[in-house]
Amino acid sequence: MTTETVAIRPRLKNWLPAYGVYAAIVLLVLYNVAFTPNFLAWSNLRIQLIQVAPVVIVALGMALVIGTEGIDLSVGSVMALAAALIPLYLGYGVLAAILVSLLAGVLVGLVNGTLVARVGLQPIVATLALFVGGRGLALVISGGRLKDIRNDDLIFLGSGDFLGLPMLVWIAALLVLVVAFVVRRTVFGRRLLAIGGNRPATELAGVPVKRVLITVYVLCSVLASIAGLLAVARIQSSDASAVGLLIELSAITAVVVGGTPLTGGRVRVLGTVAGALLMQLVVATMIKHNLPSSSTEMVQAAIILIAVYAARERKSR
Amino acid sequence: MALLEVLDVSKEFPGVRALDGVSFTLRPGEVHALVGENGAGKSTLIKVLTGVHQPDGGELRYRDEPARFATPMDAQRAGISTIYQEVNLIPLMSVAHNLFLGREPRTRLGLLDEARMHREAGEILRRYGVTTDVRRQLGTLALGAQQMVALARAVMIDAKVVIMDEPTSSLEPREVETLFGVIRDLHAQGIGIVYVSHRLDELYRICDTVTILRDGRVVHTGELAALERIRLVSLMLGRDMSAVRREGFTGFAGEHATAADAAPVLEVTGLSSRRRLHDISFAVRPGEVVGLGGLLGAGRSETIKAIGGAYPVDSGRVAVGGRELKRPTTVRAVRAGIATQPEDRKAEGIVAGLSVRENIALAVLPRLSRFGLVSDRRIDEIVRTYMDRLQIKASGPDQRVGDLSGGNQQKVLLARLLATRPRILLLDEPTRGIDVGAKAEVQSLVDELAGEGLGVVLVSSDAEELIEGADRVVVLRDGAVVGELRGDDVTTEALLQTIAAAAEGETPDDH
Repeated sequence: MTTETVAIRPRLKNWLPAYGVYAAIVLLVLYNVAFTPNFLAWSNLRIQLIQVAPVVIVALGMALVIGTEGIDLSVGSVMALAAALIPLYLGYGVLAAILVSLLAGVLVGLVNGTLVARVGLQPIVATLALFVGGRGLALVISGGRLKDIRNDDLIFLGSGDFLGLPMLVWIAALLVLVVAFVVRRTVFGRRLLAIGGNRPATELAGVPVKRVLITVYVLCSVLASIAGLLAVARIQSSDASAVGLLIELSAITAVVVGGTPLTGGRVRVLGTVAGALLMQLVVATMIKHNLPSSSTEMVQAAIILIAVYAARERKSR
Repeated sequence: MALLEVLDVSKEFPGVRALDGVSFTLRPGEVHALVGENGAGKSTLIKVLTGVHQPDGGELRYRDEPARFATPMDAQRAGISTIYQEVNLIPLMSVAHNLFLGREPRTRLGLLDEARMHREAGEILRRYGVTTDVRRQLGTLALGAQQMVALARAVMIDAKVVIMDEPTSSLEPREVETLFGVIRDLHAQGIGIVYVSHRLDELYRICDTVTILRDGRVVHTGELAALERIRLVSLMLGRDMSAVRREGFTGFAGEHATAADAAPVLEVTGLSSRRRLHDISFAVRPGEVVGLGGLLGAGRSETIKAIGGAYPVDSGRVAVGGRELKRPTTVRAVRAGIATQPEDRKAEGIVAGLSVRENIALAVLPRLSRFGLVSDRRIDEIVRTYMDRLQIKASGPDQRVGDLSGGNQQKVLLARLLATRPRILLLDEPTRGIDVGAKAEVQSLVDELAGEGLGVVLVSSDAEELIEGADRVVVLRDGAVVGELRGDDVTTEALLQTIAAAAEGETPDDH
């Protein structure tokens, strides 16, 4: 079809995916300030931030993967794997335990990335394998038992404060900055977006597409394993059957609500953070007002639909 | 009596007046050519006719009554069918299902009457020269056959008007003939046809009347046969006719000064790939444009891609400047100085969702960065350089490439290739689907680049372009080299003869 140099798009259609999530947060905060007792109390805000931090961390990686027109279902299982490995290696010191769990993330990412980039499987199928297998492996490693963690250094990461803010929040914020920087300022970030926009074209341009894709999946898994070890540090026990359960859905939701299109080619890092915050706020608000969890889920569903509707974007014209 | 009439219609988009007082009349049984450069308003006019856009001013009359199509569905129900360049059918469904989609014949019990559907589908399609098993998946058919199914479907919906937007761009010559046969049938049935194409030969063969658009206005309308070809071009371009005559139809200047004894910059030796390519060898010297001639499916695109590392090769070697490319991949090819412009701009060329800047810089990011961090300043320099040099018309480097016209998209793609400072440029249909003005610009750019010492391999279905653009033409058939034209032999007649001679005695392959 001959395209003409005419772009007609209603303003709202541009505005909604980009800033809708922020507007929704502002509205919800205003509502809570007015109608929810003690909403602004520091203890409340603190809990909200701590709860949202792991979702943010996982969603960052998910946003990168989705930016390449992929998806990673295995993040929850990676968290479980990281959690299961921590008590095994804690005897060698906190650093060793952390390194081993991060390494597990790297390995899972390599497998996912290789299946997607080299074998050519569809991301949803490729990562489904480790979505199922990863948690199984984690349960085997942990013997299916819940293990208490008594290492103070590790617990500090999950429950400690630094300059008045929980460590979890600091770590999540730092990772947000790093990922935002990677997306905006690095060659890797630009290549990632180009792959999501048009993989064959990027390949012909001489970009090492497979390497970039594998790196993206590795980053996603490593971020998930960070979330996994932080979860252990926060609840002070390792439970491979519960850590990170269903978090892939929360992460995908955060990314989508944040305005990143599932069709790839664009990543909104801050939007993803906002998406996670919004979903957290919705849940918190409904709980505070004693609404049943079923209605919470309905509201979440509505938000997702609005976000997907707003972000739908034709890939080419 | 007019079948479809547009009276003084205007359509404005933010910042652009796409249609400015356009009037257009289609009579029953008329094949009406609609021509103009990209951006002249053809697409907008079609969209107004088919209910995609609502006119800002003016009137639409259909069968002598004022009409208003709120949606494309409205227009279709009224009997206005549109066939787009890309086939809009469902590849995984059977041919028959596609044909009857939404209008499937039913048995008395309300179930699908498969037997009747298959029988009727077969009968209908035979009239369109498609004699395939209608139970086959549509996607397994050749593109031309798919287009015929789309056309059959469009006409079946009791169409009074059929709008064809570059229907032949993906067809083989044989299929074009079938299409023309169908058009003549439609013409005899009194169906009005609006025919949009950039191919002048086709227009003169099949169309009765012509309307030429330029900058959103009608600059000429009337009988096509009465309009000299060169006048048509000059009306479309708004250029001086004598200049068109003097400069020829293409933007190519002619021969390139190539030192005959210069060492080749590209050597292809014995390139073979399972079934598709057989022992292809040729060489390109610096400053030389070597054309690859042949019919569709002869292996021209595959050869280009194989050299560029994007097509699997079983044996053979590709050497750049005497150095062999070991196990070619796109990454290695680009690094060695081979830049490939693929045939399908949208699918393999541009990244439509990204900006002009990102598209141009895509292949050279490492050079424009330090420690993996990109330098916007250096990127902007490169981008500005090439936007100027190629005269890319965009609102700025931040504009989405998908929003540009086809010609400008192609220039962005070429800018990306040139930014890699290649030694060899592989061009696969560089001017397909772009307007006449951009076409001439791209052609003269190719000339200029060859003049600067680049080796160019040019694939074009446009014989004129191939002959005027190339210094030598290597002719392929069924994936093998069957001849070569040099010097004074580089003529359209010689090209056609070589292709025809090679084809003699063999059955045309089906694909």
